[in-house]
Amino acid sequence: MSEATAIAATPAVRQVGGDRTYKWRHLLEALLAPLIALLAAVALFSVFLLTLGQSPADFLDLVWRGAFGSWFSLQNTLQRAAPLLLTALCVALPGQLGLVIIGGEAAVVLGGLAATVVALPLIHTNPLLVWTVMAIAGAAMGGAWIGLTGYLRARLGVNETIASLVLAYIGMAIFNHLVEGIFRDPASLNKPSTYGIGDDNMLGTVPWLDVHPGIPVGVLACVLCWVLIYRTGIGFAGRVTGGNIRAAQLQGLPVARLIILASALGGACAGLAGTIEVAAELGRANASLAAGYGYTGILIAFLARFNPLAIMPMAVLLGGLGAAGGLLQRRMGLPDATVQVLQGMIFVSILASDTLYGRIRWFQPRGDT
Amino acid sequence: MHRHPVVSRRTVLGGLGAAAVTGLAAQPAQAKDLVIGFIYVGPKDDYGYNQAHAEAAAMLKKMPGVKIVEEEKVPETDDVSKTMESMIKLDGATLLFPTSFGYFDPYMLKMAAKYKDIQFRHCGGLWQKDKHPMNTGSYFGYIGMGQYLNGIAAAHATKSKKLGFIAAKPIPQVLINVNSFALGARSVDPTITTTVIFTGEWSMPVKEAEASNSLADQGIDVITCHVDGPKVIMETAERRGIFACGYHANQAKLAPKGYLTGAEWNWITVYKQFLADEQGNKPLPNFVRGGLAENFIKMSPYGPGLNDAGRKNVDSVKAEIMKGGFAVFKGPLKDNKGNTVIAAGKAFPETAVELESQNYLVEGVNGAIA
Repeated sequence: MSEATAIAATPAVRQVGGDRTYKWRHLLEALLAPLIALLAAVALFSVFLLTLGQSPADFLDLVWRGAFGSWFSLQNTLQRAAPLLLTALCVALPGQLGLVIIGGEAAVVLGGLAATVVALPLIHTNPLLVWTVMAIAGAAMGGAWIGLTGYLRARLGVNETIASLVLAYIGMAIFNHLVEGIFRDPASLNKPSTYGIGDDNMLGTVPWLDVHPGIPVGVLACVLCWVLIYRTGIGFAGRVTGGNIRAAQLQGLPVARLIILASALGGACAGLAGTIEVAAELGRANASLAAGYGYTGILIAFLARFNPLAIMPMAVLLGGLGAAGGLLQRRMGLPDATVQVLQGMIFVSILASDTLYGRIRWFQPRGDT
Repeated sequence: MHRHPVVSRRTVLGGLGAAAVTGLAAQPAQAKDLVIGFIYVGPKDDYGYNQAHAEAAAMLKKMPGVKIVEEEKVPETDDVSKTMESMIKLDGATLLFPTSFGYFDPYMLKMAAKYKDIQFRHCGGLWQKDKHPMNTGSYFGYIGMGQYLNGIAAAHATKSKKLGFIAAKPIPQVLINVNSFALGARSVDPTITTTVIFTGEWSMPVKEAEASNSLADQGIDVITCHVDGPKVIMETAERRGIFACGYHANQAKLAPKGYLTGAEWNWITVYKQFLADEQGNKPLPNFVRGGLAENFIKMSPYGPGLNDAGRKNVDSVKAEIMKGGFAVFKGPLKDNKGNTVIAAGKAFPETAVELESQNYLVEGVNGAIA
């Protein structure tokens, strides 16, 4: 699917003769396909609810109220979406080069741990300095971790999906070993944690919003990555690699270096997600960092077809489902797994909608080309 | 984590808004009903830690003047803050029971500072009078005694004199249980050994099944555990034809032949007490603890695998414990590396704070903490 993605997601590249509205029709196609898929998933899920004797209308009403219907709900949704923006980039950036990397979770926890550890000697200095150092350390750690997967792929030909998954288990084990070992605050008896970075060094919330700076950082990262992919030469080289790696090699593109770079950049994003979790929420590194953000990020990146701008609405969608999940349990007595069933249906139907591209003639280039 | 000057103004505004929203949201649930929120870290039907709480919540639900709202599988991240806030704002909950250990700091404390009129009671025993606000508190039970009784039962059932313990993490709470189990068994027969396996996670069924099989392969014929959901361990033990002692909740259904007895939480005692205080407009206690004698924990009914001698032995020690002051940990006590950890003449009953930083495995336990 990577080839189809790379081509379909690049409207600007294709110049088609006199067909002036093609660019807009193409964009419309890219928006409509997932929307129709979403509606199909909801329809399918409604049938599922009806067989359980539950009302789909109540369900949708609760999803709306729990995710977007009030100021509190909206903030709840955004807060949940924040780390997902960055972890989705960890999948989407290498995804542009045709790689499927699923080990972002380890980059999140190790990035968070590295950021905490380097901050500890500095906690009595200036918070700005602490945050800068933390961000660099977290991003570097995450980048190195996923970059390693990229290296194994590019230089040794190891399958990156398996490598990143196995490295994720190893990363988690290293994390647990360090947090329960040399970096452990002896006072954290029943929940092993590192020493804290101190209240003075915690990131506050964004002014006027009860969400932490993960949202602006994540949005900025998505926009920057979009520019990198679609508006720079190196991004173009990456997309060519994703489209056809042999052709890219034939053109003399530095394919191996591009693969390592994209992996490392993706990993840096995930490491940053871990850093922000520590600096904005946890104040220390512990098992709470392994909350599954890395795995949800995979889902979002695929839903967004590896387009960084599309990651934003998809992260909000999944953040919203997470936010509404609690209300669904409380009001309808549905188990937590219900939301996972819906997520699964959305995932499958959006992936299936890939086959819609190019099928409807109206969206295709016309005229004498 | 509010510390920007601009935030304090917003917090005030938010507080006003919250008051308005709470007033509105409380209406659908009969004005006089007390809304209580329960939050669980795992599924409500895990045959373990979460089920023990959910069973008590289900009993509470049947009492008049109460409305229970529940949420399962809430991770120990900011998600739980949002769940608490959502229960307060959208359901009108005024008393919250976040039941998982990691919910306390910073999440529950943060919410307690933001919603000063809401009562928060946390399961875990972390509350300290000089450190934490008065609208928070904690409750916990001394379940180590239950594992001691499990150990006695196991000692009567074992033929190989080898017992197994599958534990989540080598933290004090878990170590107390491992050591209590081993000491209970050794009180019957000092030649009995207990092999402990740490899985590293509170809930990881695959590793737990592997550990159960590996223990059975070593000739171990009774196992028990301290993980969040003992389901797979009990089922594996039954399939392998060995005995099992339960933990957290009653797992007899999963191992009808091999289940000897089990150490169970009896949370309804605690929740009823909080409810009575709240409905009687009395201030809720901030620090609540109890053991077998206080009915905070209970033992599962005996299974067919436990002979009469074993039943009598467990019954008599239990009667001893009910009198109060019983000490499992008393000197001279050596750890499994040969160091003396409790000097002769010293004894620590279950309430002793010294036990809460336990960092050793006692003599007769095969395994290592780090």
